Amino acid sequence: MSVIVFAETRDQQYKKSTLEAVSYGKEVAQKTGGKVIAVSMGGASDPAILGNYGADEIITLHGAEFATFSPEVYAAGFAAVCKAHGGKTIVISNTYSGKSLAGRVAVLLNAALATNVVDYPDTAAGFRVKRGVFSGKAFAFMDMNSETKVIAITPNSVEIKTYGSNAAVSAQQPADLPSSATRIENTQTVSGKVPLTEAEVVVSAGRGMKGPENWHMVEELATALGAATACSKPVSDMHWRPHSEHVGQTGITIKPNLYIAIGISGAIQHLAGVSSSKVIVVINKDPEAPFFKAADYGIVGDAFDVLPKLIQAAKATAAS
Amino acid sequence: MKVLVCMSVVPDTTTKITFTNNDTTFNAQGVQFIMNPYDELALTKALDIAEPAGGTVTILHVGLADAEPAIRKALSMGATDAVRINANPTDSQFVAEQIAAFVKDKGYDFILTGRESIDYNGGAVCGLLGAMLNIPSINVITQLTVSGGTATVERDIDGGRETVSCSLPFVASAQKDLCEPRIPNMRGIMAARTKPLQVVEPVSGSTHVSYAKFALPQPKQGVRMISADNPEELLHLLRNEAKVI
Ligand SMILES: Cc1cc2nc3c(=O)[nH]c(=O)nc-3n(C[C@H](O)[C@H](O)[C@H](O)COP(=O)(O)OP(=O)(O)OC[C@H]3O[C@@H](n4cnc5c(N)ncnc54)[C@H](O)[C@@H]3O)c2cc1C
Ligand SMILES: Nc1ncnc2c1ncn2[C@@H]1O[C@H](COP(=O)(O)O)[C@@H](O)[C@H]1O
Repeated sequence: MSVIVFAETRDQQYKKSTLEAVSYGKEVAQKTGGKVIAVSMGGASDPAILGNYGADEIITLHGAEFATFSPEVYAAGFAAVCKAHGGKTIVISNTYSGKSLAGRVAVLLNAALATNVVDYPDTAAGFRVKRGVFSGKAFAFMDMNSETKVIAITPNSVEIKTYGSNAAVSAQQPADLPSSATRIENTQTVSGKVPLTEAEVVVSAGRGMKGPENWHMVEELATALGAATACSKPVSDMHWRPHSEHVGQTGITIKPNLYIAIGISGAIQHLAGVSSSKVIVVINKDPEAPFFKAADYGIVGDAFDVLPKLIQAAKATAAS
Repeated sequence: MKVLVCMSVVPDTTTKITFTNNDTTFNAQGVQFIMNPYDELALTKALDIAEPAGGTVTILHVGLADAEPAIRKALSMGATDAVRINANPTDSQFVAEQIAAFVKDKGYDFILTGRESIDYNGGAVCGLLGAMLNIPSINVITQLTVSGGTATVERDIDGGRETVSCSLPFVASAQKDLCEPRIPNMRGIMAARTKPLQVVEPVSGSTHVSYAKFALPQPKQGVRMISADNPEELLHLLRNEAKVI
């Protein structure tokens, strides 16, 4: 019996969310017994480091099939390892790639599936996970009743723990992979920028910014804070910003440590997507803006006055 | 061309979520239920592709009779016909099994779902269906064109976008940006009244999970106001009190 973690990479490096997933796996293994095996597919520059975050063993899967991400092929390769090593708890990051794998893996392993998981499981009686539901408006405690469980853990939900140990790495080549019916034609990534769903700090702005030409201030503040940028729905509907930045009930649900909302009123659909943020700062010229009720810190003021000062101060702090 | 669009029915986005029976049950009292917003996109895209090709678009819902107004809405948007699998949709896996059993020998060219259902946020049905039917699954797509047995899609990936080509059949999940949802017009609403809605009994399915209880997020302690003239104070607090930068 073991805990098996899918070790997602970006540009051959493990993502922060991957280290969280490995730490999560370790925590589960300490409760349920068994060892933690991290599975690294498609190449990573330094697989052995996963030992430091709780992996007892690292398996790397090689082969041309894994050169690009295909949910069918990755799920088949990963599920084969899970089966061969008696994987009972399978941990995957709740990222776009992770979620496109999780369902397929659950079917291949005849497992119970929980996506959007935000905390360690309660194993006192059975296996109970906490999930974000209603797009951040509530949480559900869900019992996973099958012997095998696939868990997709939301980035920024658990802490990364270090164990100061290395783990053995072994390379394997799974047999009988399906050939993929899909082909990747072209990939565009925004390099050097943290993806919104994984960012620890997010600077977000709404209609109060008046127009896309003013977004350089939002960008500048984000850069000074090492943050990702986000926006409200009308802002992306008007094409001031790309839809991938739209957070809320019909956009992305995020869970950063710090969410700074500038010129956003705080409608219920917006709050749904961001209220799980640990700390919320609201900057709005209207002292009655509903968002202040959901905030930890607030500044009543005109964004066009506050932002330049805040950017300057943030740059000074970053430099010091 | 034969297309299937899967639809869930969810509380309206303005709903204030509450629970009853000792926090074990979602409180549906006074809640208005709507077609899942992402499924409106899936249906619109399916229609845009199938209509010029003289194809059909079937809308499928796993759920009970109270979902029929939402199904009629989908028909008024332009779906050719509807199927309701008469079972309580307890979780994504149960739902996907029902859909897979129905789809099996129907020969759909492709299937669209929403990126996620905004109630239980599984985001899972697309991948589950792909594996159950042994066809490719492409999550969170923002563009789709189909011609001569091949589809070209653009999908969101972590930190970017990707263009993928895929042979038919496949299942994909609709993300915002795919299209603007169609608004039913009067003719569509009239036509929907007489379009076929077939009710199918469920196959016996497996339930791997069950919901034990629900909770609302902890309310905030109250906001601490900082003067607009003193943003240094804000940064100081974020660094030393909240410890988030
Ligand atoms: C089905 C449905 C789904 C939805 N889903 C989402 C969703 O997922 N995400 C989402 O965000 N919304 C969603 N909405 C929309 C939501 O209801 C609100 O309309 C939206 O969030 C408002 O965006 P906003 O705060 O940017 O704009 P507004 O409501 O126009 O607010 C602008 C704010 O900026 C402030 N302001 C103006 N000028 C300045 C200035 N110079 N300096 C500082 N502050 C200023 C104003 O006081 C105001 O509070 C949805 C709506 C529907 C119907
Ligand atoms: N009860 C249901 N009946 C039909 N389709 C559904 C149902 N629930 C979910 N779906 C489809 O699956 C998508 C994702 O749902 P989920 O994986 O549950 O978040 C939805 O957008 C629908 O397209």
